[in-house]
Amino acid sequence: MTPGRRFFSLAGERVQLHLSTDDGVPIYLQIVTQVKYLVASGRLSAGEELPPIRTLAERLLVNPNTVARAYRELEIAGIVEKRRTAGTYVSDQGSPLARRERIKILTQRVDALLAEAGQLDIAWEDVVKLIDERHAAMQTTRQKE
Amino acid sequence: MHEPFPSSSPPIVELRRVTRRFGNKTALDDLSLSVPRGGVFGLIGGNGAGKTTLIKHTLGLLKAQTGTVQVFGLDPVQNPVGTLGRIGYLSEDRDLPNWMRVGELMRYTQAFFPSWDEAYARELREAFDLDANARVKDLSRGQRARAGLLVALAHRPELLILDEPSSGLDPVVRRDILGAIIRTIADEGRTVLFSSHLLDEVERVADRVAIIHQGRILLTAAMDEIKDTHRRVTLRFAQSVDRPPALVGTLSLAGEGSEWTYVCSGERGQLRRAAEAIGATVVDDAAMTLDEIFVSRVHA
Repeated sequence: MTPGRRFFSLAGERVQLHLSTDDGVPIYLQIVTQVKYLVASGRLSAGEELPPIRTLAERLLVNPNTVARAYRELEIAGIVEKRRTAGTYVSDQGSPLARRERIKILTQRVDALLAEAGQLDIAWEDVVKLIDERHAAMQTTRQKE
Repeated sequence: MHEPFPSSSPPIVELRRVTRRFGNKTALDDLSLSVPRGGVFGLIGGNGAGKTTLIKHTLGLLKAQTGTVQVFGLDPVQNPVGTLGRIGYLSEDRDLPNWMRVGELMRYTQAFFPSWDEAYARELREAFDLDANARVKDLSRGQRARAGLLVALAHRPELLILDEPSSGLDPVVRRDILGAIIRTIADEGRTVLFSSHLLDEVERVADRVAIIHQGRILLTAAMDEIKDTHRRVTLRFAQSVDRPPALVGTLSLAGEGSEWTYVCSGERGQLRRAAEAIGATVVDDAAMTLDEIFVSRVHA
């Protein structure tokens, strides 16, 4: 565990948030991004309840207003919804948005990969070839399992 | 919890044009500061910046030589009963009576505070794993801080003041302190004022921050606002320049040739437009940590 990096569970022990003050990204935004990611990747599913603001604030050791802001942004983005019983739940948003979010997350990774390939002076064709090779290798591994 | 800053209710602490000298050293220099009710207010500054002197003024332990200090709308020097009874305080040096046992310290402190909550005090003692029979002088550094925190919290103060609460403590005790801060403000309307040089902790828990340097307040704003209005922008100019033009709100500038990195206070779009106006391309644009913002402000 490096200083400033901590892991905390969100729903039971199953999924965890990872907050850091090392890179300047506002904490509320880190919560928003990670919950979006967890929903998009299916690790949090529709109808699951998020912890109350105060509980999550105490668990993450962050200001309750920060968690409240993250929940508000997630609600505006349609990722979660408040129910009459006062809880915050992952909304039943269907797959199109989830797919869009998934593509968005992957786009960032692809951009980072391309930037790094450029810095290492690896041609685009070779990057594509490498992706093909890795895909084939992973398929083989999976078939063996 | 959703009350906007600055809060519409009157400030819980207000210093107006306070100057304080010790001999020929100026500790507070015509300083004004307003701490709104509710939320966590982080006071950040280096050693000798004036943090402890400021806090001692809010407690009435020091009298303002010029200017005024008000806490809950009252002068803490003239009205210690009306102010101190509503404040919980953990000093930087945790000056607890060494000869007492933990149980005695609790009963002794209870006598000063009509609002002392015995059940809560017991609960804290157990949560902090403090032995009622242990002598204060025999406590470890961490346990001593926990004992100090217990007696600061058990009367459920409207205002909790912590002077460098995490200083020299291990991560487990620091977690207890941050947890106590969060629980205190989660109860509606209560306020925490804490000073710290551990800026990652301040970034996590503070709603509002003031930077103090050489006895003056350099900046005070909501944490979100501070984060939104400080960016590190790297610009590329068409040609190599010896001294690049200043951007609005430049705090520091470093680089050489055609690539220069600016630390600026300003909103993101505004900085981009300003960069275009001086004929430069933005090649990198990054958010900053509170620590980096603090350093750039203090050295600006």
